[in-house]
Amino acid sequence: MGVNPDIAGRVYPPSPAYEVGREKIREFAEAIGSSDPVHRDADAARARGYRDVIAPPTFAVIVAQRCDAQVIDFSMLVHGEQRFVHHRPIVAGDRLVATLHVDNVDTRGRHAMVTTRVEIADEGGEAVTTARSTIVVRNGGSAGGGA
Amino acid sequence: MSTTTTQAFDTVAVGDELPPVTYTVGRANLVMYAGASGDFNVIHWSDRIATAVGLPGVIAHGMYTMALGGRFVSEWVGDPGAVLEYGVRFTSMVPVPDDDTGAAVDFTGTVSAKDDEKRTATVDITAVCNGSKVLGKAQAVVRLP
Repeated sequence: MGVNPDIAGRVYPPSPAYEVGREKIREFAEAIGSSDPVHRDADAARARGYRDVIAPPTFAVIVAQRCDAQVIDFSMLVHGEQRFVHHRPIVAGDRLVATLHVDNVDTRGRHAMVTTRVEIADEGGEAVTTARSTIVVRNGGSAGGGA
Repeated sequence: MSTTTTQAFDTVAVGDELPPVTYTVGRANLVMYAGASGDFNVIHWSDRIATAVGLPGVIAHGMYTMALGGRFVSEWVGDPGAVLEYGVRFTSMVPVPDDDTGAAVDFTGTVSAKDDEKRTATVDITAVCNGSKVLGKAQAVVRLP
């Protein structure tokens, strides 16, 4: 199907809220081998000034990739670049709303490089994380559908 | 028990090197990461599919390697919440054999800049597996007390 170059510049409607669970944070921290109690012990996190346990720096990928999936077929891609800017740490109990911006589509022969920016905020509109991805969609993959 | 240390803005200098760390990546880690992250791409758990698409075998999620870099910097600075910015390029893959050893990824880091006004430091990170750099332009900006 290929990549629809017309999606460049588009902004998609905000996602339904993703509720950040304590156990999800613990599970993610365990998967990456982090033993820091700030990810699993709410009292330890509070003692360090946080409202509850906080997420590791790349946890936001869960929210960002769900959002990217609106336009990206994740079965046929190579992840080129990833960047996070954290306006504040993600904390258990957050209800995160993600808005997808397709910043660029660069078609090179049979491949296309799609640059997305997912702006993640809490339900009150406070900015939490900006996640930028550059994804190479190979021949046979698709982005943006046929529209 | 925490493995973290704590850095302070006034004692960190440009040119400081982070203590190097080697993380081992085994198949079980990839299974755990797939479940934790929701990234169930088959090339991260099936040798059959991975080799069919031309890979040497199962490879680690790029985001898993990036997460290890985030852990490396977090443990050095002493607080994962102090990582304000973190970006990487995925330059090479990490093949993870189905054995008891797994793959070794060596992380090193250097403080490349300090911002006196924001009280932040920039850390340049390298991650090497089998002699290849697996992350490019990997940089984190951390806030220091």
